[in-house]
Amino acid sequence: MTSPATAETITVGVLALQGDVREHLASLTNSGAQARAVRRVVDLDGLDGLVIPGGESTTMSILAVRDGLLEPLRAFAASGRPCFGSCAGLIFLADRVTDGRDDQQTMGGLGVTAARNAFGRQVDSFETDLSVPSLGQELFPAVFIRAPAITEVGPDVEVLAVLGDRIVAVRQGGLLATAFHPELTDDNRFHRYFVQMVAEHRRAAPETTSK
Amino acid sequence: MAHDNIATPASTGTSRVKRGMAEMLKGGVIMDVIDAEQATIAEDSGAVAVMALERVPADIRAQGGVARMSDPEMIESIVSAVTIPVMAKARIGHFAEAQVLQSLGVDYIDESEVLTPADYAHHIDKWPFTVPFVCGATNLGEALRRINEGAAMIRSKGEAGTGDVSNAVTHMRKILGEIRHLSSLSTDELYAAAKDLSAPYDLVREVAETGSLPVVLFTAGGIATPADAAMMMQLGADGVFVGSGIFKSGNPRQRAEAIVSATRHFDDPEIVAKVSRGLGEAMVGINVADLPVHHRLEDRGW
Repeated sequence: MTSPATAETITVGVLALQGDVREHLASLTNSGAQARAVRRVVDLDGLDGLVIPGGESTTMSILAVRDGLLEPLRAFAASGRPCFGSCAGLIFLADRVTDGRDDQQTMGGLGVTAARNAFGRQVDSFETDLSVPSLGQELFPAVFIRAPAITEVGPDVEVLAVLGDRIVAVRQGGLLATAFHPELTDDNRFHRYFVQMVAEHRRAAPETTSK
Repeated sequence: MAHDNIATPASTGTSRVKRGMAEMLKGGVIMDVIDAEQATIAEDSGAVAVMALERVPADIRAQGGVARMSDPEMIESIVSAVTIPVMAKARIGHFAEAQVLQSLGVDYIDESEVLTPADYAHHIDKWPFTVPFVCGATNLGEALRRINEGAAMIRSKGEAGTGDVSNAVTHMRKILGEIRHLSSLSTDELYAAAKDLSAPYDLVREVAETGSLPVVLFTAGGIATPADAAMMMQLGADGVFVGSGIFKSGNPRQRAEAIVSATRHFDDPEIVAKVSRGLGEAMVGINVADLPVHHRLEDRGW
């Protein structure tokens, strides 16, 4: 396993409204990045990229609005710095959400429609081995927990993985999203892929990070 | 379901799926609710899940009698009222109540000492279920016995329905202190440690090696204020259950929001101070020391 980190250090934040922040921090560290939790707006300063973890998407939306994080997060993504969302994080990045509360707000940016709990409730949660060609031949151990699915994609969205007739992993420029939880497994390929995206973006636009 | 047509079969009810569900609740507050209206208030306030039950622990204490699983109709009304996960309680050892709850599609079952135990020797064998279970524990041995039976999440027991946080503190300190102690032992000392804890050796060794439980550890029992929640998080809880503390208080909506904020910002006293202002009456409360021993819940579970 080679470290994707370049000579300079890549710093990635994990949005800590609630959810499996610790697992993402560990996966990022194992992928060669510096990682730290983002609790307040000021914590966004100096980051090269951001992960939106798994959790409860309704709760994350309510807390982001209440704590005044939504606009700073939108500004962060608008600056072009890469963001990666898993499960609730995918919903948080999606432009449109179905089967959620009518007032559910998202950070947005990812031109997709996400359907909440598309596979059912917790008793229907499952794991399976998934083909993700961008990560190589070896199947990816995918853990789906009350998981969403992507039901519509915009023209700029690259589909990275499907399960049956549902889209479960996508990339659109600097935005990466999975309906499942790579952070709950020892397979760091998605995190390494993301850290690589962050490193490439920083090389191309080094001025966006430093503040 | 659509995922039936893929090449690799999908496995439901695995340990990773059950334990992973609890990981998603970390840093959050799970609130007891008795109807759809309370459930909506809980969701609006930022709760990560609700616990559906007919009587909160304070009322069970006040009214006495046998406390059982809630009416399925009431549970379903709460399931349809909110988008966040819904948990429900089964009596200790009452596997048929657990089967009913699983068939209703609840997201987590709490095998709870708050209800009247159905079996004074055995807990539910939780492995055959697809739905995950959370169980209470007062010490590490008890936590590991529950995990050995298939629990996918542990909460400190505390003394529910009192508004007195002291037992939750005792149990959390005990569990985490015993974990720290295990980590300090040499390999050959772990056999005797397993015997002393009355817990399986393999789990004892795993805890000693990793320095933590293999499942998420929440706190519960007597948490009534934002500062209570902040203290329990600083002591090492992954998240907080609040039972009677919210809807038995003067201003449930504001208190619920305040406890959510204090749980999230547990290490920032300025925020905890800010959300603690003007909350109105906390639940009246009962000192645990004044409870007759046979009314204490911490001794239920074996």
